[in-house]
Amino acid sequence: MAMLEVNGIEVYYGMIQALKGVTFQVDKGEIIALIGANGAGKTTTLHTITGLLTPKKGTVTFEGKDITHTPAHKIVSMGIAHVPEGRRVFADLSVYQNLRMGAYTRKDKNEIEQTLEIIYERFPRLKERKNQRAGTLSGGEQQMLAMGRALMSRPRLIVMDEPSMGLSPIFVNEIFDIIAEISRAGTTVLLVEQNAKKALNIANRAYVLETGKIVLSGDAKDLLNDDAIKKAYLGE
Amino acid sequence: MSFLSYLINGISLGSVYAIIALGYTMVYGIAKMLNFAHGDIIMIGAYIVFTCVSTAGMHPALAVLLAVIGCTVLGVLIERVAYRPLRSAASPLAVLITAIGMSYLLQNLALLIFGANTKNFPEIITLPSLSLADGQLNITGTSLLTIGVCVVIMAALMIFIRKTKAGQAMLAVSEDKGAAQLMGINVNGTIALTFAIGSALAAIAGVLLCSAYPSLTPYTGSMPGIRAFVAAVFGGIGSVPGALIGGILLGVIEILGRAYISSQLADAIVFGVLIVVLLVKPTGILGKNIQEKV
Repeated sequence: MAMLEVNGIEVYYGMIQALKGVTFQVDKGEIIALIGANGAGKTTTLHTITGLLTPKKGTVTFEGKDITHTPAHKIVSMGIAHVPEGRRVFADLSVYQNLRMGAYTRKDKNEIEQTLEIIYERFPRLKERKNQRAGTLSGGEQQMLAMGRALMSRPRLIVMDEPSMGLSPIFVNEIFDIIAEISRAGTTVLLVEQNAKKALNIANRAYVLETGKIVLSGDAKDLLNDDAIKKAYLGE
Repeated sequence: MSFLSYLINGISLGSVYAIIALGYTMVYGIAKMLNFAHGDIIMIGAYIVFTCVSTAGMHPALAVLLAVIGCTVLGVLIERVAYRPLRSAASPLAVLITAIGMSYLLQNLALLIFGANTKNFPEIITLPSLSLADGQLNITGTSLLTIGVCVVIMAALMIFIRKTKAGQAMLAVSEDKGAAQLMGINVNGTIALTFAIGSALAAIAGVLLCSAYPSLTPYTGSMPGIRAFVAAVFGGIGSVPGALIGGILLGVIEILGRAYISSQLADAIVFGVLIVVLLVKPTGILGKNIQEKV
C-alpha cells in the first residue's frame, strides 16, 4: 500500500481551475520529485495534501486514512510536515524558538530535547546561531531552519516546496545533500522543484505537472534521459 | 504638589487606556484587523456590573466576575459570527466596516435595553485613599487599584505569551498564519482566544473606568475606546509593551492638557500628539517596520 495516495484531485481558486485531476502516489522510503514550470500546480498540489486547500473533487489518503478534508493544523500530528515555499521562518523569533515551534504538537519535553539535539547535529550552523533572530539568517540558513523546524515534528513524510529557490549554487548543493540525508535517515520525501536536474538526480521517481495535469511520470533516471524532459526542463 | 496629583491621575487614566489598548493591539497583531467594537465591550461590561450590583444587589466581586465572563463570551461570539466569515474576504475593508457596524449595534442594543438616561455607576471600589505629604497629596483608592491592576495584567500577559503553548501559538500566528498552521497551530482557535482575552480585559477596564468616572451611558465606551486605539497606535500597534507605554503617555498628556492648557482642547491635544508621533515615527514608539512582501 502506498504511503500517500493522491487521487484525481481538482482544485479551484475562485473560478480558475488550478488542478485538473492530479493522481500520483508516494511509497514509504522514496524520494518523489514533482517537477514542472511556474503555474503548473506544484505548490497547489502540496497545499492540498497538507490541508491548506481543499479539493472540489478527488481524495488524499495518507497511511490508509482519508485526509482530504483534514484541516492543516491537524495534518502535522498525523505525520506529515510541510516545508513551505519561501521558507516562511518566523523572522522575529530566534532559531531555537523556531525549532521549538516545529514541535508544537508534541508533548514529551525530553523527547523534544532529543530531537533538537539530532537537528543541531545535522545542522551545526543552526546550533551556532540558536539565539539569533531567524530573520537575520542568510537564505540558505533559513532554508535549513525551515527543514529543521519541519523535522522537529518527527514526520514520516516531509513535503518540501522549492527548497533550492533563490539560493547560491553552494547552498543548493548543500540543501540537496541534506534532502538525501533526511531520506536515508528514514523519512519519506515529496519534493517540488524547479531545479529539475538536481531533483531528478536524487529522486527515485518523478511526476511532471503541466497546467494542472500529470503529463509524464517514471523513474527519475529515465526522465533525466528523456528527450522531451531535457528540452523542456533541463535546458539541454 | 498639584502637578504630582495630576500626574498620578494621568497614570491611572492611562492604565485604563493601556488595558483597553491591549485588546486592540493583540487583536491587530494576531488577526490583523482593527476591532472598532472593542470600546463598546467596555460599556457592556460596565452595564453588566451596574445591573448586577444596583438592580440585583449582588456582591461587587461576583458582579465583576460575571462581567468578565459575559464580555469574554460576547467577544468570542462577535469574532465567530461577524469577523471570521470575512477573514478571507478580498478586501480587508470588509471586516473593518463590519467592526464599525458592530460598534453601533452594541451601542443601540444598550440603548434599547438600558435606555438613554445616564446611570450612576455604583461605588464598588472601597479602598481608602492614600494621603501623602501631610495631606497635600491625595491619591484615591480607585487610582491605586487601577495602576496596580494594570501592572498585574501586563506582567501576567507577558508571562503568558512567553511561557505557555497558547502564547507561543499567538506569537506564531501574529507572524505568519500559514506557517503557524503548518506547525499544527489552530489559527482560528488562537484568534478566538485573543478575542477572549481582549474582551475579558475590556470588562475589567470598564469597571475601572466607571469607578473613576461613574456616569454610564451607551456611549461610555466609545471615546475611551478611540483614545485607547490612539494609545495602541502611539505605542506601536501589535506590541504589548507598546500598549502600556502608549496608554500611560496618553493618559498623562490628557490630564495635564486638561489641567494646564484647556479642558475643552484635551482631545485636540491628544490627537495632535498622535499626528506628530506618526509624522516622526509612522510605526509608533515600539512599532516594528512593516515590510511589504513583494
